[in-house]
Amino acid sequence: MLQVSVYRFNPETDASPHMQEYRVDTAGKDLMVLDVLEMIKADHDATVTYRRSCREGVCGSDGLNINGRNGLACITPLSETVKKNKLVIRPLPGLPVVRDLVVDMSLFYAQYEKIEPYLQNSTPAPAIERLQTPEDRAKLDGLYECILCACCSTSCPSFWWNPDRFIGPAGLLQAYRFLADSRDQATEERLSKLDDPFSVFRCHGIQNCVNVCPKGLNPTRAIGHIRSMLLSRAA
Amino acid sequence: MVTQVTSFSRNGLSDWLIQRVSSLILLAYFLFIGFQIASGIDYTSWRALHDTTAMKVFTLLAIGAYVSHAWIGLWTVFTDYLTEYMLGKMGNVVRPVVQIGVVLLLAVYAIWVIQVIWG
Repeated sequence: MLQVSVYRFNPETDASPHMQEYRVDTAGKDLMVLDVLEMIKADHDATVTYRRSCREGVCGSDGLNINGRNGLACITPLSETVKKNKLVIRPLPGLPVVRDLVVDMSLFYAQYEKIEPYLQNSTPAPAIERLQTPEDRAKLDGLYECILCACCSTSCPSFWWNPDRFIGPAGLLQAYRFLADSRDQATEERLSKLDDPFSVFRCHGIQNCVNVCPKGLNPTRAIGHIRSMLLSRAA
Repeated sequence: MVTQVTSFSRNGLSDWLIQRVSSLILLAYFLFIGFQIASGIDYTSWRALHDTTAMKVFTLLAIGAYVSHAWIGLWTVFTDYLTEYMLGKMGNVVRPVVQIGVVLLLAVYAIWVIQVIWG
């Protein structure tokens, strides 16, 4: 029997959060963490609340703090995270809890909105699509794959302390995705909005974001590229 | 809300660059001083060394690097931890008070060094 400890908080009835213990029979199978949550909800306690959708690591809904490490519950196998038969599941750190494992992502999305995550090109749109060379297209690899699960930003202390000023690794990865895009014409405007002491430069390169990204992306490298672009522009 | 009004240069790129350049100056200074001490310099030679204009300029450069490096680093720490978000409303009182204290302390250090080497 797997011992599972789940963070519980219902703002309508609870004065403060608490951890609730469950014993789940996994029948010795190497289930995903999401499967365990589904078993708790079906067999133990239907009030346990969490987000989920695609259950295959594409939608980014079930980003959780699993045994102290952020990750997607649907693609985290028990064998990868369970130590001493114990599984501790908490909401993503640093964001306000709506209920149980569901967090309010407004601050995260507000930072994403700031970087204007869309192609900006004032030339007349061609009949079919704006073309780019395979080499230019290759520059977007490792950037466009982000699913905005927020595992990276909510593992970043700089984002915890200044979520209203620091863009965070997810937002900055996307900022560089458009700075690196040969079809985008707003490079100067984008960079001029990033050279304050908070937006980019609160990153101290501790690489928690790289460590937890479920898609294997590297926001720290993207932030380094943005710094280099800011430096080249100023020099 | 934390603002950038009290940051060293009000610009992230500039602060970032100054912190890196100042760290190189400090590294060079401490390596040089460390080498002098390790080679068993006596008081007379130490005085003679610090009486040269080159050494005075080097020391002045090092204290400038020290003050800017310390302020940029501590400003980041203060605007991370001494905030309304972390301390409630007191954050916006504690942070400016601590910042003023540190600025005064760094100014005293700088003036003291200038007085020691040029006085």
